[in-house]
Amino acid sequence: MLAAIRGFFEERSVLEVETPLLSHGIGTDPQLEFFTTEYCLSPRKQTLFLQTSPEFAMKRLLAAGSGSIYQITKAFRNGESGRFHNPEFTLLEWYRVGFKLPDLMNDCADLITLLFANRRPLRATQRFSYEEIFHRYTELNPLEFSYRRYCAYALANQLPEAVSICGHDHALWLDFIFSHKVQTHLGQNALCMVYGYPACQSSLARINAQNPLIVDRVELFINGVELGNGYFELTDAEEQGRRFDKELDIRRQKSLPASVKDGRFVAALQAGLPECSGMAIGLDRLLMLLSDSASINDVLGFPIDRA
Amino acid sequence: MASYSTNEFKAGLKVMLDNDPCAIIENEFVKPGKGQAFNRVKIRNLKTGRVIERTFKSGESLEGADVVDVEMQYLYNDGEFWHFMVPDTFEQYQADGKAVGEAKNWLKDQDFCTVTLWNDAPLSVAPPNFVELAITETDPGVRGDTSGGGGKPATLETGAVVRVPLFVQIGEVVRVDTRTGEYVSRAKD
Repeated sequence: MLAAIRGFFEERSVLEVETPLLSHGIGTDPQLEFFTTEYCLSPRKQTLFLQTSPEFAMKRLLAAGSGSIYQITKAFRNGESGRFHNPEFTLLEWYRVGFKLPDLMNDCADLITLLFANRRPLRATQRFSYEEIFHRYTELNPLEFSYRRYCAYALANQLPEAVSICGHDHALWLDFIFSHKVQTHLGQNALCMVYGYPACQSSLARINAQNPLIVDRVELFINGVELGNGYFELTDAEEQGRRFDKELDIRRQKSLPASVKDGRFVAALQAGLPECSGMAIGLDRLLMLLSDSASINDVLGFPIDRA
Repeated sequence: MASYSTNEFKAGLKVMLDNDPCAIIENEFVKPGKGQAFNRVKIRNLKTGRVIERTFKSGESLEGADVVDVEMQYLYNDGEFWHFMVPDTFEQYQADGKAVGEAKNWLKDQDFCTVTLWNDAPLSVAPPNFVELAITETDPGVRGDTSGGGGKPATLETGAVVRVPLFVQIGEVVRVDTRTGEYVSRAKD
């Protein structure tokens, strides 16, 4: 699998890079918990973080003029453990300079088709907008929050707990309903790409030029398993700064561990990130699907319990 | 009682949910890469036996339930309650019809069974997987019948009715699988 991936990018002249696992700054996303470590260079002590993804470092390379790049690296997310999660896992992340979201989606389809071709060929790749697929399985509009309609849906579908868990939080409702009622149907023996996420689930994606209610973000699914996430990348340093501050606020409100805004990343954005699109794919999960394994533990040499 | 976080939920853990004691059957961690983490939990209500699915926000916790399984000897039925005794301590418990449920078809004096206690009161009774009971009533068999025939109904000493082969007679002791309610064989002496 790794050799095939490297071959794919070599053919397309995308440069393989390596960036540090340890960093002075870390993502502010309130949904991602990080590992903290201490760097002792006597007499100084400094807190360093293990990356949750190589995104910031890779974008700094892009801003410095690297051109299209890819990386296969370890990433760390604290507290994530389950049939599809291990707190230490392997990511394939790549950025294509000059690509818009549809170009990136073609890239993904080509790579996934190539990897599966010899092992378990997939049916034709599917592309759906988030709005379309969400409506198909729930008849709800994901772009417009109606507390009353969402509640009625939850009660009619044996999910009454959703009402107390989600309250008036639109993004939380979408996470809940999408993961319970939509995701499981996606990509039966095929790659399914869902694009055009609601703006409240923007993360580091750019707002769509035609429709301000959605962002240029895409997610990949095969057999109901979330495989990867990609964006037409936000290049606006001010907008990025605002999103960071908003997320830091949420972290404070929820009394989550404080994260340190990556100033060097924001500086790189200010210097100018070229127009580009980027994608990250969890390789352990990809291997699970390629080898038809039921648990991530089956494709890891030593899962966290035995690490 | 201790409380347990979603990360500690594993098959067999007994917790309180909606004021009823429940046993966790399965716990799946669900987390969108960029979203809220949930735990989708399959859980059995130990009072009703019903299995439900419930989602929790990861990190939520539930109160533990004081539920234990105890081997007991069945003593007798007084018409309203079934009486059991813990052989080591001679401690006695009485269970009502709701707790005994289907098990009443298979309970014979002196037999051992598993009684589930919740806050020290019987919640449910599980008979052994196999019991040996005498036949009190069945049609007489005809010479030449073999086990290949269709069988006939037979009433056992506990009142339960099971299908037995035609050659089995009144007074004989048969072995029955209590999970399916099916005849297994004649008991060996």
